[in-house]
Amino acid sequence: MTTFWTIWISVITLGSIIGCFFLLRWALANKTGVKEGESMGHEFDGIIEINNQLPRWWTILFYITIVWGFIYLALYPGLGAYKGLLGWQSSNQTVTSLAESEASLKASLENGSMIQYDREIKFANEQFDPIFEAYAQIPVEDLATNPEHADAVKVGQRLFLQNCAQCHGSDARGQNGGFPNLTDDDWLYGGSGAKIKETLHLGRNALMPAWLDAFGEQGIEEVVAYTLSLSGRKVDPVLADAGKSRFMACAACHGADGKGNQMIGAPNLTDTVWLYGGSKRSVTETLTYGRNGVMPAFDKTLGSDKIHVVAAYVYSLSNK
Amino acid sequence: MSEATQVQPDYNYKVVRQFTVMTVIWGIVGMSIGLLIATQLFAPALNFDIPYLTYSRLRPLHTNSVIFAFGGCALFATSYYVVQRTSQVRLFSDKLAAFTFWGWQAVIVLAAITLPLGMTSSKEYAELEWPIDILITLVWVAYIINFFGTMIIRKTSHIYVANWFFGAFMLTVAVLHIGNSMAIPVSFTKSYSLYAGAVDAMMQWWYGHNAVGFFLTAGFLGMMYYFVPKQAGRPVYSYRLSIIHFWALISLYIWAGPHHLHYTALPDWTQSLGMVMSIILFVPSWGGMINGIMTLSGAWHKLRTDPVLRFLIVSLSFYGMSTFEGPMMAIKTVNALSHYTDWTIGHVHSGALGWVAMVSIGSVYHLVPILFGQPKMYSTSLVNVHFWLATIGVVLYIVAMWMSGVLQGLMWRAVNADGTLTYSFVESLEASKPFYVLRAIGGAFVVAGMLIMAFNCYKTIRAPKTADVKTSSVAATA
Repeated sequence: MTTFWTIWISVITLGSIIGCFFLLRWALANKTGVKEGESMGHEFDGIIEINNQLPRWWTILFYITIVWGFIYLALYPGLGAYKGLLGWQSSNQTVTSLAESEASLKASLENGSMIQYDREIKFANEQFDPIFEAYAQIPVEDLATNPEHADAVKVGQRLFLQNCAQCHGSDARGQNGGFPNLTDDDWLYGGSGAKIKETLHLGRNALMPAWLDAFGEQGIEEVVAYTLSLSGRKVDPVLADAGKSRFMACAACHGADGKGNQMIGAPNLTDTVWLYGGSKRSVTETLTYGRNGVMPAFDKTLGSDKIHVVAAYVYSLSNK
Repeated sequence: MSEATQVQPDYNYKVVRQFTVMTVIWGIVGMSIGLLIATQLFAPALNFDIPYLTYSRLRPLHTNSVIFAFGGCALFATSYYVVQRTSQVRLFSDKLAAFTFWGWQAVIVLAAITLPLGMTSSKEYAELEWPIDILITLVWVAYIINFFGTMIIRKTSHIYVANWFFGAFMLTVAVLHIGNSMAIPVSFTKSYSLYAGAVDAMMQWWYGHNAVGFFLTAGFLGMMYYFVPKQAGRPVYSYRLSIIHFWALISLYIWAGPHHLHYTALPDWTQSLGMVMSIILFVPSWGGMINGIMTLSGAWHKLRTDPVLRFLIVSLSFYGMSTFEGPMMAIKTVNALSHYTDWTIGHVHSGALGWVAMVSIGSVYHLVPILFGQPKMYSTSLVNVHFWLATIGVVLYIVAMWMSGVLQGLMWRAVNADGTLTYSFVESLEASKPFYVLRAIGGAFVVAGMLIMAFNCYKTIRAPKTADVKTSSVAATA
């Protein structure tokens, strides 16, 4: 901020407050030329005004708020670029990246500055980090299933509700449209503790290509029929037969038997679990236009110790 | 009573009558929409899966219709009435008066069409798209010319305090509306704000808070300064108090906007200034309440028999309450609890229903018999019934939102020993549900009162004339 703006802001701010102060002095002094308690002498549609003194308690209150205003503006930032005597700051507003944020936190811890955000982070880290560090020492599987660590699973559930429930639901049963149910034992990328942690840390990017150009509408219909037959659905056998030969293209990811591939998150097509719906219409849409599923990465927001605890909660859901 | 009323000029009551009737009609419309969306919050099926009836589209229609249609018509009616009566002169221009009436109704109807269609600039309380914004500007400039023109040709030596407030409200709203609505049109029904990022947010709340400060406070204080002494038949308590509270109020209010953006990307210095000014503002705000209530000193017994006066005085009590609550909520530490919760909604409605609606209703009950040549309202006991419905409704509403708001604030900040949040958002929503039901019941009381008012006004207007308008208005003032 340039000096001009600091002066501009200070002058009009303090000017308004000081103006109120002098107005108050003027009103108290009764410069109207009319005695206290008497009519001002003008009349509007039958309404007259009395020249009464300002209530004392109200006047005192006005003085108090004005004085308080000056004190606050001296202590805290308010008058343009002036930082205030306390040097208080809500956050480091020049920060534009995570790396800069971490550097800012480190710097303000070293020089003991009054950046509130940094101080709150420091407090939280000191207070809560040891709890999660201790949990992180215990393997996910043990944390999830050993009744001794039931409290850890509860903590994991709270974190899940804050961070994951938006997509996976507060009961973790997922929802149609690409948000997997986490309570069954059907895993896209693997259900071991290590795999769940990997998913949470780095996120997942799943791509089902669109097949309309390659197969044509007739071809799509055939492949849909074959795909549905894999999980034992009743389909037109002629269509399904035609689809079987085309399924060669799908086998690259889903495997020749259609049982999927956890290495790349290709779903198993032979069970009754459907990520985007198992109706003929939904499967046709999936094949025609493709799908793009995204699980965000949480390593930057939650950190590895908290991810460990969330993973334990997720693991516990299907490993009672 | 006095000389002035005996040689009463030929006032333009036509425009006052038009705006008064529309105040009642838009009041019912706006508050009924509010009741519908309040009910949708616990019974979402009531949007009937029709996009035009969804909460998101009706909410701006509710706010626009109660603030600008109901409140706006009440301000037009009373300012046109008061400026004529206290300046002892007919309105500057009848043609401009008619233009402001039909123009303002056109704005309201256009809002009622475009908002449910989903056309919005997405700025709170300024959702209307740019062609309507231009129409508002034209109507508003005509209003200013007409009002100030009337003051210029006045027959009295001084300008009455009510007219200062009306004048300040008009000029500032013009500046706010034009400043905030600056946008680049991309089509006839879509535009994008001229401002970006934190600057846009700051402009929006500079406008938004002063829509409260100047539209809903200064304007209605103008109303209060005429109708309270008039209805009570008492002199204004303190001339000097009215001067200091006027100048302090208008010079401090304009700063208060940033308190809507505490703990956001707004720079620290702006947040501090908004908070400091909001807290100092508390005192001049109360100046108006004191002056209004003390005006009644020596006539307190009239509250027992006059429900119209009761509306006016209770409105001042709600005004005092919400202007205490507002500065308190502007303190950053309190705001950390109250912000984004229903407490804010409760605060707004103690101002909007308790203060703005009640003072308007009281003024309309004062005006209707005078404007339509009747000695009094068709039924005073129905006015009384309306008073109790409104008061109970507002109290239920505010109390429900206080409880819900504080509960939400506490649940959102509750932290377990391990630092994780105790509650998920949806749990706080479940906890709020009973209060949403209570709030809707309060709202239903308020709407019921408005319907009774409409009936009472209709019967008064349609009653056989006992005398011609002019003599009876003299009788009413005498």
